[in-house]
Amino acid sequence: MRQCPDDIEEYIHDYLDGEIEREKANVLLDHIADCDECMLTFQELNRTIALLQGSHIVAPVSFTSKVMDSLPKQSRKVNMKRWLQRNPVLIAASMFLMLMGGTMFSYWGEEQQFSFSKDPDVIVLGQTVIIPEGKTVEGDMVVKNGDIKVEGTVHGDLTVINGDKYLAGAGEVTGDIEEIDQLFEWVWYKVKETVKNIF
Amino acid sequence: MEGLIKERIQQVRDGDQRAFEDIVEFYKDKVFQLCYRMLGDRHEAEDVAQEAFLRAYVNIHTFQMNRKFSTWLYRIATNLCIDRIRKKKPDFYLDAEVAGTEGLDMYSQIPSEGKLPEEELENLELKERIQLEIQKLPEKYRAAIVLKYVDELSLKEISEILHLPVGTVKTRIHRGRDALRKSMQSL
Repeated sequence: MRQCPDDIEEYIHDYLDGEIEREKANVLLDHIADCDECMLTFQELNRTIALLQGSHIVAPVSFTSKVMDSLPKQSRKVNMKRWLQRNPVLIAASMFLMLMGGTMFSYWGEEQQFSFSKDPDVIVLGQTVIIPEGKTVEGDMVVKNGDIKVEGTVHGDLTVINGDKYLAGAGEVTGDIEEIDQLFEWVWYKVKETVKNIF
Repeated sequence: MEGLIKERIQQVRDGDQRAFEDIVEFYKDKVFQLCYRMLGDRHEAEDVAQEAFLRAYVNIHTFQMNRKFSTWLYRIATNLCIDRIRKKKPDFYLDAEVAGTEGLDMYSQIPSEGKLPEEELENLELKERIQLEIQKLPEKYRAAIVLKYVDELSLKEISEILHLPVGTVKTRIHRGRDALRKSMQSL
């Protein structure tokens, strides 16, 4: 029997694992070129490996759905959380509408009463606010659910909500004059005001 | 790919169960193949592979994100297979090492329970034959060999999966491979 190097089998396996040093690889290749027995072993091993790798074993068709069905059911809370995470814009928008709507309509109810910006110079007669001739209101004047008669001067904007304004010949408003009568306009005004306050 | 998988893992951790589907889809063939090679039975392999994914899902929080996910998953699957093989074993202790041999136990001395008559064996296709021969390998050689060829894992990865030194893994692969070579010689 031919004399094979002691570690030749180990060399073959290292070679097959791709972990052989160049020097040993040379010894191995030189040897199997000459030794039929080792060459046969080498070929048989390669064939075995090909068989190990070769057959394509794939999971059964419904494997994934079976696994998914076997997972513990998620709680409603987690589902809700996920839904919230997936639809942030929708949630933000509906939250905004809910809160805005809520506050606005509660304002609407509250603000059915007659009210106006307090100023020492104005006179109130029933539901009418009068700025007398020669008097000046510094700043904006807002009247809700009542009328206003301007004979003097308003140094600012005048806003009348659910009421009428009478501007006398001598009366003067330096800023904008705005009359708001209807619910829609009132809501619009409120939104504008909120936006103004935010920015 | 590993990056995408990590992303899915994070989503699962954040409570998105559906994200696990991609993970199963991506690894199912490898895990199934691993189990089939270890157990030699399609039904049993499917059972254990599903169990492996379920365990991975339940324990996903223990996975360390800086590690390779496949290594972690294969470890779960391999351990389940080894448990299953041990449960199937008969009462008397066959895997005790035979005195005077290194790593050889009674299993390597006797044919497996699924042994077919010689003439039927020859009719088996080669790929079925190799599976039968893998079944005959002692379980510790089997695990190393199967992991090596299921996903071309490196010796280092296999050593992590089996919690064994690289040198031991190397020896087991060499011996297992040589045992397979000898058993396939007749064909």
